[in-house]
Amino acid sequence: MDTHIVERLADYINDGLLKSEMIHAESEHSAISAALGAEAMGVRTFTATASQGLALMHEILFVVSGMRLPVVMAVANRALSAPINIWNDHQDSISERDSGWIQLYVESAQEALDTVIQAYKIAENRKILLPVMVCLDGFTLSHVYEPVDIPEKKEVDKFLPKYNPLFKLDTKKPITMGPIGFPNTYMEFRKETHEAMLNSIEVIKNTNNDFKKSFSRSYGDGLIEIYKIDDADYAVAAMGTVCGTTRVVVDELRKQGRKVGLIKIKSFRPFPKQKIINCCKNLKGIAVIDRNISLGNEGALYTELRSAFYNQKKKPIIKGFIAGLGGRDITLSHIKTAFNKIENSSDIEWLL
Amino acid sequence: MTKPKISVGAVIDEPGSTIKNKTGGWRSFRPIIDHKKCIKCGTCWQFCPDNAINENFEVNYDYCKGCGICANECPVKAIKMVKEEK
Repeated sequence: MDTHIVERLADYINDGLLKSEMIHAESEHSAISAALGAEAMGVRTFTATASQGLALMHEILFVVSGMRLPVVMAVANRALSAPINIWNDHQDSISERDSGWIQLYVESAQEALDTVIQAYKIAENRKILLPVMVCLDGFTLSHVYEPVDIPEKKEVDKFLPKYNPLFKLDTKKPITMGPIGFPNTYMEFRKETHEAMLNSIEVIKNTNNDFKKSFSRSYGDGLIEIYKIDDADYAVAAMGTVCGTTRVVVDELRKQGRKVGLIKIKSFRPFPKQKIINCCKNLKGIAVIDRNISLGNEGALYTELRSAFYNQKKKPIIKGFIAGLGGRDITLSHIKTAFNKIENSSDIEWLL
Repeated sequence: MTKPKISVGAVIDEPGSTIKNKTGGWRSFRPIIDHKKCIKCGTCWQFCPDNAINENFEVNYDYCKGCGICANECPVKAIKMVKEEK
């Protein structure tokens, strides 16, 4: 599913448009290990994967973030086996929630491109130094053509100056990377990495603002994007392309006089709790649409949203919906059903 | 154990940091060399994975983890592994 992305990059390299070396690996475990090694040498690195490939990378994802290497990776979100399924849902990257990677979910091909450019600026920020996953819906964004404005190289260079790594492997100044962390230090390293992740909330926001100044495009505040929320009573909260479908439903229901809106969560990690609480404070209810399921509990975004509101005195009703697994279309009527069932008492519901 | 400094990504930018990490406390068996039996062949010195035996065939107990490779390799059985007792 990620193949189109790397195939096109191979074209760019072949045509002399991109000065880069492409490393062919025999597996995703090796591909992310090669990206780690390349990044340790102090060069900008990119890779792309999906589904089982991301699952195979699992072990090394934690090494990349723990070593604070700002790798950027596109994930063309797809379902996990079994049964074998090559279509879209978010189970692959949601399952890597705790890997220490920043996760940004995008709604359009344009946003995917713009977010990759921003991702380097976020990842390489000296206060952050964390890898970033740009999560784009498989097929819907990875295999469908839509017009995209590709910014000029010199404009991108102005926005994203040459990479200047904090540390790199260099025989003239040897360092040790990835050493053992004994019980007397491991926790401190984890805490530092967690704090870097929290600091990235501000950096993601600022990067979105800077991008707007340079390219006249922006995506909400970079962390969340709200649509017709100001006077809304009810809203859908979701990630990725389903937000596009939801905008259509919101417009339709608004024509019927219903006060509804959309909260698009772009940044799942870090989770911008306070920003979500602030924009939802006047809402009566939220329908969370999850394209994933934590089997035996509920959808991940639903869990996180409810947890964010737990200590708030005034909180909206929050209802969870599981939809669009394994490439099942999420239709306009699914989203209307979600809006209509917010006040229902049951916990989660499947939009089959 | 003193607290080592916390660097970004646990990068160590000065060589020799392993010296600070005394691993003798991991040991449950201590190698005792019988210097009367020892033929000074150097096998233990060569095999020790922690470089904890010096050229005079003395054990540095600050770093010896008690793996017993020296005792196993000694051709004249001059090294005995004795249980550490507190």
